[in-house]
Amino acid sequence: MTQLALVIDLNVCVGCQACVTSCKEWNTSGQAGGLADLNPYGADPTGTFFNRVQTFEVGEFPNTQTVHFPKSCLHCEDPPCVPVCPTGASYKRAEDGIVLVDYDKCIGCKYCAWACPYGVREVENERKVMTKCTLCVDRIYDTGLPPSDRRPACVMACPTSARLFGDIHDPESEVSRAIRDHAGYALMPEWGTHPSNHYLPRRRTDAHHHDDQLVRADNPLHIEGRQPKPSPKDPALDDVTSW
Amino acid sequence: MRPRRRAVHDAVKDAVDGRTGGATEVRKTTCYMCACRCGIRVHLRDGDVRYIDGNPEHPLNRGVICAKGSSGIMKQYSPARLTRPLRRKAGSARGEGEYEPISWDEALGIVEERLRSIRDTDPKRFALFTGRDQMQALTGLFARQYGTPNYAAHGGFCSVNMAAGMIYTIGGSFWEFGGPDLERSRLFVMIGTAEDHHSNPLKIEIAKFKRAGGRFVSINPVRTGYSAIADEWVPIRPGTDGALLLALIHEIIATGLYDREFLVRYSNAGHLVHGDDAGEMSGLLAVDAASPEVNALYPQNKLWWDRLTDRAVPTHAPGADPYLLGEFTLADGRRVKPAFQLLEERVRPYTPEWAAEITGVPVTTIRRLAHEMGITARDQKIELPIAWTDSWDVEHSTVTGNPVSFHAMRGLAAHSNGFHTIRALAILMSLLGTIDRPGGFRHRAPFPRGIPPAAKPPNRPDMVKPGTPLGALALGWPAAPEDLFVDDDGNPVRIDKGFSWEYPLSVHGLMHNVITNAWRGDPYPIDTLLIFMANMAWNSTMNTVEVRRMLNDRDDKGDYRIPFIIVSDTFQSEMAGFADLILPDTTYLERHDVMSILDRPISEFDGPVDSVRLPVLPPKGECRPFQEVLIELAGRLGLPAFVRPDGSRKFRDYPDFIVNYETEPGSGIGFLSGWRGKGGEKFMHGEPNPRQWEMYAANNCVYHHELPPSYRYMRNWNRGYLEWTQRVRMRRFAEPILIQLYSEVMQKFRLAAQGRRAGRTPPAHLKDRIATYFDPLPFYYAPLEAQATDSDRFPLAAITQRPMAMYHSWDSQNAWLRQIHAHNHLYVNPVAARAQGIADGAWMWVESPWGKVRCMARYSEAVEPGTVWTWNSIGKAAGAWRLDADANESQRGFLLNHLITDELPWRGTRISNSDPVTGQAGWYDVRVRIRPAETGELAKTWPQFTAVPPMPGTADAVPAMQSYVAGTRKGNG
Amino acid sequence: MNPALSVILLTTLIGAGQGLFVALYVATLVAPGRVSPHFAVVASAVSATLLVLGLVASFFHLGRPERAWRAAARWRTSWLSREVIVLPAFTAAVFAYGVAQARAPAPAMEWIGAAATLLCVTLFVCTGMIYACIRFLQEWATPLTVVNYTLLGCASGAMLATALAAYLEPALVPGYAAATALATLAGLATRTLSLVRNARLRPKSTVQTAIGIKHPSIRQISPGFTGGSFNTREFFHHRTREFLRAIRWLFLVLAFPLPLALLWAGTALALPFAIAAAFAIQYAGLLAERWFFFAQANHPQNLYYGLTG
Ligand SMILES: Nc1nc2c(c(=O)[nH]1)N[C@H]1C(S)=C(S)[C@@H](COP(=O)(O)OP(=O)(O)OC[C@H]3O[C@@H](n4cnc5c(=O)[nH]c(N)nc54)[C@H](O)[C@@H]3O)O[C@H]1N2
Ligand SMILES: Nc1nc2c(c(=O)[nH]1)N[C@H]1C(S)=C(S)[C@@H](COP(=O)(O)OP(=O)(O)OC[C@H]3O[C@@H](n4cnc5c(=O)[nH]c(N)nc54)[C@H](O)[C@@H]3O)O[C@H]1N2
Ligand code: SF4
Ligand code: SF4
Ligand code: SF4
Ligand code: SF4
Ligand code: SF4
Ligand SMILES: [Mo]
Repeated sequence: MTQLALVIDLNVCVGCQACVTSCKEWNTSGQAGGLADLNPYGADPTGTFFNRVQTFEVGEFPNTQTVHFPKSCLHCEDPPCVPVCPTGASYKRAEDGIVLVDYDKCIGCKYCAWACPYGVREVENERKVMTKCTLCVDRIYDTGLPPSDRRPACVMACPTSARLFGDIHDPESEVSRAIRDHAGYALMPEWGTHPSNHYLPRRRTDAHHHDDQLVRADNPLHIEGRQPKPSPKDPALDDVTSW
Repeated sequence: MRPRRRAVHDAVKDAVDGRTGGATEVRKTTCYMCACRCGIRVHLRDGDVRYIDGNPEHPLNRGVICAKGSSGIMKQYSPARLTRPLRRKAGSARGEGEYEPISWDEALGIVEERLRSIRDTDPKRFALFTGRDQMQALTGLFARQYGTPNYAAHGGFCSVNMAAGMIYTIGGSFWEFGGPDLERSRLFVMIGTAEDHHSNPLKIEIAKFKRAGGRFVSINPVRTGYSAIADEWVPIRPGTDGALLLALIHEIIATGLYDREFLVRYSNAGHLVHGDDAGEMSGLLAVDAASPEVNALYPQNKLWWDRLTDRAVPTHAPGADPYLLGEFTLADGRRVKPAFQLLEERVRPYTPEWAAEITGVPVTTIRRLAHEMGITARDQKIELPIAWTDSWDVEHSTVTGNPVSFHAMRGLAAHSNGFHTIRALAILMSLLGTIDRPGGFRHRAPFPRGIPPAAKPPNRPDMVKPGTPLGALALGWPAAPEDLFVDDDGNPVRIDKGFSWEYPLSVHGLMHNVITNAWRGDPYPIDTLLIFMANMAWNSTMNTVEVRRMLNDRDDKGDYRIPFIIVSDTFQSEMAGFADLILPDTTYLERHDVMSILDRPISEFDGPVDSVRLPVLPPKGECRPFQEVLIELAGRLGLPAFVRPDGSRKFRDYPDFIVNYETEPGSGIGFLSGWRGKGGEKFMHGEPNPRQWEMYAANNCVYHHELPPSYRYMRNWNRGYLEWTQRVRMRRFAEPILIQLYSEVMQKFRLAAQGRRAGRTPPAHLKDRIATYFDPLPFYYAPLEAQATDSDRFPLAAITQRPMAMYHSWDSQNAWLRQIHAHNHLYVNPVAARAQGIADGAWMWVESPWGKVRCMARYSEAVEPGTVWTWNSIGKAAGAWRLDADANESQRGFLLNHLITDELPWRGTRISNSDPVTGQAGWYDVRVRIRPAETGELAKTWPQFTAVPPMPGTADAVPAMQSYVAGTRKGNG
Repeated sequence: MNPALSVILLTTLIGAGQGLFVALYVATLVAPGRVSPHFAVVASAVSATLLVLGLVASFFHLGRPERAWRAAARWRTSWLSREVIVLPAFTAAVFAYGVAQARAPAPAMEWIGAAATLLCVTLFVCTGMIYACIRFLQEWATPLTVVNYTLLGCASGAMLATALAAYLEPALVPGYAAATALATLAGLATRTLSLVRNARLRPKSTVQTAIGIKHPSIRQISPGFTGGSFNTREFFHHRTREFLRAIRWLFLVLAFPLPLALLWAGTALALPFAIAAAFAIQYAGLLAERWFFFAQANHPQNLYYGLTG
């Protein structure tokens, strides 16, 4: 069975927010349509976004890591948001595991959002229904788009390719390999939601060199006569010992 | 009517059937949400922008797009857009924002009349300064044809140190001019860079580099963005990188980790330099009187001291190998030293221990980094099977690379010691043998250029004549005091004092000085100031409160000190509010544009690339592209390049101009390099091609000339490449461009200051300044402002950085982007904050000797404790950008510029707060202290400015809620 | 969580309505004949009114109230759906019970009462379980949530019954007063238990598990926006700890000792007004209690938005 998902590589995410606004842009005029903004030009502007990038600082100066952390619906394999929905508006597609909201059924009771530990559902400000990442279901199957474009908007936008998209149930997929090879992990495993989206941790490349690499024979200083060889006439043990 | 929005689950069916895909129309053009210039596809539905994504076929961004690019829709439909020409209401003061709409006819009439009378009397009383634009080739041409020297773009307050420091050393620079070859690099060191111009390409490359296992080190007082994913973060105190770089050079030379072979052939390391006893020649390179100079601009007759024959020989003499160290006596008895010896002597005291004190970087780290750089460069060499011939006719069967690369930007540039710091960096890169080699630094055409480039600024006051074009391009590259633009007394001719003894190598002008100088009438008053695409009443000015006052100041007679101000802008910016006349420009989606090869094209390492922008939407309201305005004005004023001999207008419009303009009649060189010649068969030069635009349109808006592999590397000394550039007229000369470890240009200025050189000498009060800062070798000094500030009273450095999701001041009108950054905090290390009793999130004061600001604190462990910083230009003046008067930008956001001074006290007078060599604005030199706000103080930013009213032609009202759906947009005027 | 007035009103109003009905029905069982039809009609009417008011309040919680009927669809998985079904059913049953009382006492009435009581208990469970079933809202995920909802509903309902009786059927007052006191004290006990439990909770989710980085010191520096979002508004009260503590004391006083004292005084001195006041005060206390119930619940999503209580 297919389970589509995003795999997000924290090792290369620079927190540029491209995935945030490209998602908004694709979806606001798309089938998820009209992601209203309140006070767009006033105090505390706030609008509906399906994807946010947050920043955390890990550790204390000077041993600080700055971690940019993009997060959208994780399309849980066992999504707690689905069974609690009283209308059936929240559902998980059998064919590809995408968790969606049917905006025509949703009553805006927010209960599914309460039941999601990840804080990725947002009531849309104008239509007052629950919205969330659709995994760009209206792109990825759109045969009107060239095949190379049938990928989520955020994945196409991401300049660092920190966002991989594919079927995590297919062991040979790029995402499955990335999870295996780079210790991909899920968020809040303690709740048994089995998020489909995974994160790849920071990986650090260190420098290694040996001291002898500093004292090589072809050191150009020799050429300049700066590390001169002693003259054969200079005193040596040979002058004073005989074995 | 609005189509019913359907639920996603319905959409899936439609989408699978392909029913939604074809509904939109796709147009390709070039983004201009920032200066990176990515290729975009604009998807339109019913004439509205449905969405914008990256063009996968564009060489720069290869399909990706950034946060700003993806928010272009909200720029296009912003309520802050100016849509009608506006005139300041009689009786209202500048800055009050009271305007009345007028027609274009009237507006252009006003400008024409004014500019004509100035041109006929004293053209320098017209000043044209442009901000973050991409059309300096056109604005520069206009200014030159008009005859005013008072022209420059943003470079002077931006990163001229980066351009000058590198170009005067290696003939190219970072920025648009070149960059790190991350595809092949193994070690990448990024210094003082937050976002930079090469936004998307750099991100693409850094990610690939990391994935390929490369090691990424970031040197920066702050760890954000790119630095966040660095394998090692080296926090450094602002303004001290020069010390670090010189210590790295010290260690690399001391351990013999430099690439001797490379330096010998490709730099002036082995060139013999006269000692102090050689009179006029002191400190200059010894020449071989017997050899021809070849080219007076780039003489080739220098000497080596050959190791094998132990005598002076012409450089690059076959079979010779020069000493890099030592001291020798020429036949005439004069003592000479190789330049490298002088460098070695210079850096001898710059030990890692010395640098650690200054920079805060531990000694072990400095040593380790030096060793890592040297060993990686030496032991992980790349050999590409590419044959090439060098300038001395030596054939090489391979191209070698030392895979250590660097990238640096304003963290080095925006300090008043930046020029020497950047020289030090260029020298470090050269010592490692990484210039235009695989895995190192690579040039982008039209770079490398001669050192310095051949274009020279005007150098005599009489080159400015009424009714006549300026004798030279307004900006150029001085090689000696003779190239300065000063009068007989050594006084500046330009309003910004560019190319004067105060800032001799100010190759990009000093835009940050213009308003203050014009206000003071120093060196002279001007009449009309035309500002294009620069927010000089806000974020691109230092000392903002005072500058706003100057803009509105009157003399004793009640006349404005700056009599007339014209602003071309697309939005109701802070600057627009100070204009007497506002010319509403289009957005990037509504106009033609060229990213010209005459300017800063988007070239790739493998060859020149230039590109265009095509309109995908009609101009909003009465907006008119500024390009069209300039072409029209040039025609009306009869500027020679824009009219036929009979005085009639030569170019119908801007697209026509681009196709048909030639730098000289019949030169075949124009703004675009691609598809020249009658049928578009030629590159770089060829007759105008009437179908040139179409050909760009059919090719992703890009012309990419891929060089053969043998021309892609070692271009400073690559005979084939250099001669090719000459053939295609990219350059006039083809002499090899030797790396200037030791700068003769600098020495010539120094000699002039020391009175040891015939020709121009600096005025007395500037002599020791020139003598000090025009050192032919890099040296470290604390930034001028730090020298002038009591560091006990102002112990912290304050800097800004670019947020990736905002472009300068101009995105606060963008409904999506402003949600990410509606206000800013001052980031403070908790240690520093707690010491002053400032709580996380609390209101606080930051004070510099020049001003103070109230803002909110945010604790951060990712900043060096001696530094505080904030996102650049998030704070706004109330009412600007069509934001409500209570918008976060003005109430909680703040502008750090209020703390920064444009002038430093200096010997009883004042001098620009700029690098003494290049005039680069010292944005990042300010020293501050912090304290908590008192309880009971307003929870609001300080200073505050009276809110300006909406300008006529901007939206009638801003909505309380906005929901954008292409084709059925609502709630948005 | 950010307490929503509509939900606070819903749960407290229907709680009182449910409790009142239970009080009425139990009285008819324990003291057959002592409950006059008049009293029964009035009590049923008051109970039904409270239930309807609760229902009305609940609509304010919905983004799309016109579609509320759809909420009955998923009774097999959703406690909310179950509540949506049971609440109107119970309201109807109470109404029917009142009507039956008004017409003529008949055997059917017993059945209606029994059915209504069953629905009432189900409703208590449904409402409680809506909160108790969200396992990562650890403050809520306990049987105590259901018990508290039930006991506090019963207490306020019984108090209301006492007050009504004081005006209409004084003979019932002592019994009701005793029952009220019992329910209130039991409620106090279980609520205190839940407070103690919650105070000792160790959150299972931490910022470390939230972002998957194992390091003792992690701080959020930006949630990715500056003007707030649905997630910062819905799941966090934005009040100080001190404020929360004050509300806790307030409800502990208002919902338990104070109304009990008034109840005692009203009963002893036969002051119906005092008993009515006791109800009003207790109801106010329960509003505060419910506010606190929401506010105290730490949603793990807050870890992603730098929100801490
Ligand atoms: N998104 C976005 N992109 C932009 C722009 C924008 O506004 N927004 N602006 C464009 C423009 S005009 C320019 S000029 C470029 C500038 O591009 P950058 O040079 O990347 O811009 P800055 O933000 O000035 O970054 C300076 C960096 O240097 C660091 N720094 C400051 N002082 C020192 C120092 O003394 N030593 C070291 N080592 N580091 C230091 C700062 O912490 C910061 O990280 O960006 C361009 N790109
Ligand atoms: N404190 C501090 N100050 C700084 C810097 C810093 O690092 N720290 N950086 C400096 C640097 S490097 C730079 S380059 C400057 C940038 O400063 P400016 O050059 O002033 O750039 P912007 O803020 O981008 O303002 C440009 C103006 O152009 C307008 N505009 C946008 N698009 C168009 C268009 O298509 N046509 C026209 N006609 N106008 C348009 C905008 O509305 C805005 O008013 O800021 C400098 N100021
Ligand atoms: S677009 Fe990519 S790099 Fe940028 S924030 Fe999103 S995931 Fe990170
Ligand atoms: S992340 Fe939240 S909304 Fe998405 S499937 Fe999981 S529980 Fe549901
Ligand atoms: S808000 Fe909509 S989707 Fe969520 S639980 Fe309620 S009805 Fe279901
Ligand atoms: S997959 Fe689509 S809907 Fe989901 S975050 Fe990415 S762009 Fe947004
Ligand atoms: S980097 Fe600049 S040019 Fe490229 S998409 Fe972003 S805003 Fe546009
Ligand atoms: Mo800049």
